[in-house]
Amino acid sequence: MTAPRVYQTEAIIIKRIKLGEADRILTLYTPELGKLKAVAKGTRRPQSKLGGHVELLTHSRLMLARGRNLDIITQAQTINNFLPIKDDLERISRGLYIAELVDSFVGEHIEDRRLFDLLLEALQQLSQANDCEPVLRYFELHLLDHLGYRPQLQQCTECNSALKPETNFFSPSQGGVLCHDCGFHEPLARPISLNALKVLRLWQNCDYAAARRVKISPELDNELEQVMREYIKYLLERQLKSTAWLDKLKQEIKHK
Amino acid sequence: MSNNLVHTAEPIARLIEELNKLPGIGPKSAQRLTYYLLRAPENEVKALADAIRNLKEKLTLCSSCLNITDSDPCAICRNEERDRSKICIVEEPIDILPLERTRKYKGLYHVLHGVIAPTEGMGPDELKIKELLSRLNDNQVTEVILATNPNLEGEATAMYLQRLIAPLGIRITRLARGLPYGGDLEYADDVTLSRALEGRQEM
Repeated sequence: MTAPRVYQTEAIIIKRIKLGEADRILTLYTPELGKLKAVAKGTRRPQSKLGGHVELLTHSRLMLARGRNLDIITQAQTINNFLPIKDDLERISRGLYIAELVDSFVGEHIEDRRLFDLLLEALQQLSQANDCEPVLRYFELHLLDHLGYRPQLQQCTECNSALKPETNFFSPSQGGVLCHDCGFHEPLARPISLNALKVLRLWQNCDYAAARRVKISPELDNELEQVMREYIKYLLERQLKSTAWLDKLKQEIKHK
Repeated sequence: MSNNLVHTAEPIARLIEELNKLPGIGPKSAQRLTYYLLRAPENEVKALADAIRNLKEKLTLCSSCLNITDSDPCAICRNEERDRSKICIVEEPIDILPLERTRKYKGLYHVLHGVIAPTEGMGPDELKIKELLSRLNDNQVTEVILATNPNLEGEATAMYLQRLIAPLGIRITRLARGLPYGGDLEYADDVTLSRALEGRQEM
């Protein structure tokens, strides 16, 4: 039996690169087919009928035709364009970070409905959030959890002893927290404050609504970002490109 | 590549290899072009070679607007009749062509040479933004027109520039975003239609 020549799917556009004169290759994240690449013809022309329906960070319903190499998008209709994200530089930047995170962690053609839902939920939350950073941290935690990298935050990953209410250590290579004694001997571990640990523990096990209720000071916000960033960098063996831009944006706000 | 060409004279093999690097030129097209040039009159081949050499040797960036030019400052910046109080900001040199074709714009340009694309590692430091800000500091300029592409990166770049330029007290405008001429409403996406509604005009 041969596969049908055309098929439909929902998708979130997480990446796009230029192809030839007016075409683009899009990276889609779909509920049934996982991540896949497809060609969107003519989308760089103003009169393109696909145009805005296949813009980055858009949730669309697509019709695709099987191509020899890459499939080709033939029709597109927006489901949610996340306009509040696109109208705001801070949110665009964080949306792109989320997209890069997904693109970096998952391979092509691996069906993963739960991950699609996580991604969709993150973009929805980002559209509404006043403070974007907790949305990123929550998404990072749950993405890692789902992919099997859930950080161990309950007891020491080395000696299994219960963590004392004090400054402990976070070890990217151990994938979790080390107690004060074990962490002291681990050169790559970084200190993690009790507050940061508590927030991460809570976020690991609650929904967005509860996560949003936590009040986070700028220092704590920064610490959480660094802990997660180091862990992600260790797992991917590289820094995500969009982090440089996020840092730049934050710097400028401080200067004002 | 060179394996297949062991029986070919070295200059021929080399040209085939070089042509093969061009976009849209495969090994067969490269061979065809090479053998065409071999038979073509000498002056024609020389003219092509010179044209290619001049491309790199004679062209520079205009010291003012950073457009690609063979004379610095470029023809637009040199032109006395252009309105020096307006600067139109574009992503790439090629974006100037369609704007000039309209014959509606008489101001100057500034080419960013890229766009903010965080996931490709393109940030403001990679763009010609410093040069823009120093141009804006002499008081001639009263309006800046943001003509970056109407897509996610172009919008992000426009918003970022707006933040940087706003404190200078210069009027900042953005090219209108709406429906393309010759298009159908039916195919318009919601973002474009929302912008078109926001920007609707009295008739």
